[in-house]
Amino acid sequence: MTVCIIGASMTDFGRRDAWIRELLAEAGSDCLDRAGVSPKAVDHLLVSNMASGEFEGQTGIMNALAHDLGVPPAYAQRIDQTSASGGAGVYAAWQSIASGASEMTLLVGGEKMTHRNTSAATDVIASITHPVEYKHGLTLPSFAGLAARLYLDTYDAPRESLARVAVKNHANGIDNPHAQFRKEITVEEAMESPVVADPLRLYDFCPITDGSAALLFCSEDVAREYADEYVDIAGVAGATDTHVVHERTDPTTMAAVAEGGARAYERSGYGPEDVDVAELHDMFTILEFLQLEGLGFAETGRAWETTENGRTERDGALPVNTSGGLKSKGHPLGASGVAQVYELVEQLLGKAGARQVDAEVGLACNVGGFGNCVTMTIVEPGGRR
Amino acid sequence: MTNGPARLKAARCPDGHYHHPPHPRCPDCGAKPTERIDLSDREAVIVTWTTVTATPPGVRKPNHLAIVEFDLGDRGDADGTDDEGDGDPGNGDDADGANGGGAEDDSENGTVRAIGGLTTDDAAIGDRVRPVYVERLREPEAGIREPDSQEWDGYRFEPI
Repeated sequence: MTVCIIGASMTDFGRRDAWIRELLAEAGSDCLDRAGVSPKAVDHLLVSNMASGEFEGQTGIMNALAHDLGVPPAYAQRIDQTSASGGAGVYAAWQSIASGASEMTLLVGGEKMTHRNTSAATDVIASITHPVEYKHGLTLPSFAGLAARLYLDTYDAPRESLARVAVKNHANGIDNPHAQFRKEITVEEAMESPVVADPLRLYDFCPITDGSAALLFCSEDVAREYADEYVDIAGVAGATDTHVVHERTDPTTMAAVAEGGARAYERSGYGPEDVDVAELHDMFTILEFLQLEGLGFAETGRAWETTENGRTERDGALPVNTSGGLKSKGHPLGASGVAQVYELVEQLLGKAGARQVDAEVGLACNVGGFGNCVTMTIVEPGGRR
Repeated sequence: MTNGPARLKAARCPDGHYHHPPHPRCPDCGAKPTERIDLSDREAVIVTWTTVTATPPGVRKPNHLAIVEFDLGDRGDADGTDDEGDGDPGNGDDADGANGGGAEDDSENGTVRAIGGLTTDDAAIGDRVRPVYVERLREPEAGIREPDSQEWDGYRFEPI
């Protein structure tokens, strides 16, 4: 069965006064309105979120949201796959429709983070690590520093090439009205920003963000009842890699990205050469390189050249992170994978405004931890399958 | 949790895969590990390293961190069998599989990696290091993790 997306929304990302319940309700309600679907038509409500209990002391948010949106007696479930919770929600939503268990599934992803200072928020996220990592003070940025040093050393890549990722994604974010940072930066500024995890600097990292995004899923028959234009899920898949990062044979390759990508390509019938626009998980600039390589968009050790050549810019052959990416749009953990697909829906339906590129096939890669788990979604305009 | 000082141990499964930290099942083949190998008195080589200046509560700042690799040679000297020690640790056949040299799976060539702090930022990829015991690596009470849920002592790595 072809599974379609007939509604998409996202809140403004950034420092928000709203708490998690309010953020989720804002995106969920807006998504239903945009699709012209009543809350009472929702069979399944899925909520992608990593850590509302740890950040805010609010648990059971799927039930809170179900009540706030007026969807009971719909089935409701929370989905945690750390920072890949949003992509995992897309996968679960696809399963709910494809299995016939649900006719209409609303997915809402969100996170409320900015009320915690950087050190405390970093610790909440670092709680995903193994005890042998946590006791040494390992954080996600630490893994990025370790991988970046080895990548630059192994492939003789210039440090500036990582800065180019940040510059590109900031340039894209200027045209995204929902982005946290709508500000141009230069390679020089990035190279002079404070060191966070040597050789990576402040501008190599995404910010801490509040925000929410939502998608509405149904079968093609139901989609035609509600919408003139919609998006089809061509393929969705996920995979895992080692939890303990140092146990990987090569810290500069992402096995779960390659495996999840291969599965999504196989299910969709598309390959990397067919993808016109991609949203990659640029939580750190180095991750954009590793995903470009893992997904077959660049040869191993060559993504830095692909980036320097301008291929991934908005007017390049493969625009990457037209939304601004996590880097400039922001990274409210559970929302990010949902917001990636929101951007692809806008692009495929020609609604991306100044960010618009010519695209028929879009790919989103959502990464949890430093590649512990990955979910991949490939979408295309509706009615093709 | 164990009461004595944390030990830097690798697990070896009957198929010759080494892992640190030990897991209930071998991440490569799913078998139950049968041996433990002490790494704390061995030298290692820095695979990569970083100095982190934005550290979480209770962690030293700056925090120098490294992934290091121990070369166990043709096979590590096992110093004890696992709890599920129903395998055959003396099986000489394993030595071939663990002897590197063209094996496709790196974990079979007698190397195992660990992560930990560095005692200095004067480090480079390829430098040799040795483990140095540290009684308290970070303040257990300061972070989000339940203090009683894990060990807080362990080993940092000192360039030789």
